[in-house]
Amino acid sequence: MAKNTVLKIDDLHAKVGDKPILKGLSLEVKAGEVHAIMGPNGSGKSTMSYVLAGRDGYEVTGGSVSYLGKDLLAMAPEERAREGVFLAFQYPVEIPGVSNKYFLKAAYNACAKHRGEPELDAGPFLKFVKEKAKMVEMDPAFLNRSVNEGFSGGEKKRNEILQMAVLEPKLALLDETDSGLDIDALKIVSNGINKLRCPERAVVLVTHYQRLLDYIVPDFVHVLSGGRIVKSGGKELALQLEKEGYGWIDAEKAAA
Amino acid sequence: MANQDVRDLAQKEYKYGFESEVEADQVPKGLNEDIVRLISHKKEEPAFMLEWRLKAFRHWLTMKEPTWSEVRYPPIDYQGVIYYSAPKAKKKLGSMDEVDPEIRATFEKLGIPLEEQKMLSNVAVDAVFDSVSVATTFRKTLAEAGVIFCSFSDAVKEQPALVEKYLGSVVPYTDNFFATLNSAVFSDGSFCFVPKGVKCPMELSTYFRINAKDTGQFERTLIVAEEGAEVSYLEGCTAPMRDENQLHAAVVELVAHADARIKYSTIQNWYPGDKNGKGGIYNFVTKRGKCAGARSKISWTQVETGSSITWKYPSCVLLGDDSVGEFYSVALANHYQQADTGTKMIHIGRNTKSTIVSKGISAGHGQNAYRGMVRIAKSAAGARNHSQCDSLLLGDKCGAHTFPNLEVGNTSSTVEHEASTSKIGEDQLFYLRQRGLSTEDAVGMIVNGFCKQVFNELPLEFAVEAHKLMNISLEGSVG
Repeated sequence: MAKNTVLKIDDLHAKVGDKPILKGLSLEVKAGEVHAIMGPNGSGKSTMSYVLAGRDGYEVTGGSVSYLGKDLLAMAPEERAREGVFLAFQYPVEIPGVSNKYFLKAAYNACAKHRGEPELDAGPFLKFVKEKAKMVEMDPAFLNRSVNEGFSGGEKKRNEILQMAVLEPKLALLDETDSGLDIDALKIVSNGINKLRCPERAVVLVTHYQRLLDYIVPDFVHVLSGGRIVKSGGKELALQLEKEGYGWIDAEKAAA
Repeated sequence: MANQDVRDLAQKEYKYGFESEVEADQVPKGLNEDIVRLISHKKEEPAFMLEWRLKAFRHWLTMKEPTWSEVRYPPIDYQGVIYYSAPKAKKKLGSMDEVDPEIRATFEKLGIPLEEQKMLSNVAVDAVFDSVSVATTFRKTLAEAGVIFCSFSDAVKEQPALVEKYLGSVVPYTDNFFATLNSAVFSDGSFCFVPKGVKCPMELSTYFRINAKDTGQFERTLIVAEEGAEVSYLEGCTAPMRDENQLHAAVVELVAHADARIKYSTIQNWYPGDKNGKGGIYNFVTKRGKCAGARSKISWTQVETGSSITWKYPSCVLLGDDSVGEFYSVALANHYQQADTGTKMIHIGRNTKSTIVSKGISAGHGQNAYRGMVRIAKSAAGARNHSQCDSLLLGDKCGAHTFPNLEVGNTSSTVEHEASTSKIGEDQLFYLRQRGLSTEDAVGMIVNGFCKQVFNELPLEFAVEAHKLMNISLEGSVG
């Protein structure tokens, strides 16, 4: 049976301010697949994540993005989220005075309401979220703390994965989730992500380093350079990049 | 654009802006000795009250309106105000059932039912409509515990000795322009007396409603807690939407004797004016508590979301050794609202302690100023103060100002002051929206988080109300 296409990016152009960053990006991601997007600094990796999530200041100037057959770019950021698009932030934001569990419940219920599913009260939600915390190896004490406030880098990233576990997205965009993590934290975060792999969910991992891919083995690897995908391959492409850097791709491109 | 979202959010609706059709008994516009006498006469007051009012009025004539605050407004025509307006009562009220149905409906609409069985079971309410108290609930239950809770007018008639003893003992009639005006013309308010050793069995509350046009509201609240007594008191207020500004100049006096505790919470939601700054209440209020006895404690908590102008500095005079003063404040200035608010902590007794937590939120063209004074007298050895003032800006047309004033008269005291100003971040909004929250809910969540430390100080029922009010005050038409 043919797998469902979750995300189809077609010739996407986008600019930040006056600066064009994405220049003809195309990518197709099917349900159950994990795609790694790699590339040198400034190649447009984070811009891609933000454009897909709908951040202000990232202006699409051409191309289209279809998400489960719908025009993703026409939706407000919260609509995309409620439809199942999740972005794990490279730099998760602190919300002082708002407890993590209150925030998670509000987010969960906003999404549940949109999907016509029952919203959860405080009691049942707490039970639900504690199970999810256990799954991503997070101390339930973090549920009572303010969102990301005073969290270490690793705790913030783990909190992102907890949110992903709670919201159960159909498309997860993980933006440099490995950055700033020591090896133990990297293992825990990767474990969490692996547990969230499933046939219905598409995952796009944006990363600068191959290291993450030792723990999360992707189905496809793409190299983003100069605002578009310049090379695609299997997981072995990541190893080649690790060994030889990004230089050879630029050379190949220049020769072509 | 995030800034546009925030501006849209500032387009809130005021839910309490309706007007009630109630026949009123009013005095003529304007202010002179005859008006003062007429008010006193209408209230059938004893001679000492009239004397006190007249002294205040004569003193007021010598005073000038203060100009030191950050608030700006056109000159107030004190002769254009009606100083007394009371709903016409056909006969003396014997029970709640006899309250004018229109007035009862008004309070019902405001979520304050006056029938005891319909109320929050552990809150007693004194309802003040324009210039007079129209109903006080649970008086009997409270009386059984020894607590006197009634309108100020009733207190003047039924407890003249207590009123004479304590009236003006914290805020004298010479105190300041607005307090002195209030002393001359105040019409009603609440009175509470908790005798020695009694812990008041329920929350007490006064709900103020301005209805009539062109009237000013001048109420006065006096709360006395004797040795070891405890009481928690809350006031709420709303007014109809009108194009004209209306004047509200209240005075609150608190007296805590040794080991007594008074917790005074305010949810102020007077009509703030429309989004162009037209109309709204001028709220010039003097609130002060005296920790007269050792180990007494007075705690002010205020959530100020309404009024076009707020000028208010709930203060504590810490006379008793080891007494404690607290001030927790959230002030929101949206559209063209101006808030100049803060506190004074006057340390006189030894080892007195005070805590100040002020959270100012500015949106639209709102201007929010924190003005605080911590004065530690030479006698206040070992005194401590901690102040924290945080400001949150929504959008780029509003302002936040902080004016702390610290005077320390000895070397054994500790004073700490922290201040911060932050803007509601586009990154915070985007983060929350990416998790499925609407911009409105996201802003509400961020603002409520910012206020949490203060909301935690409110009695539980009112913390929920404050949370909702904050969301309503930020509500708008986000597409």
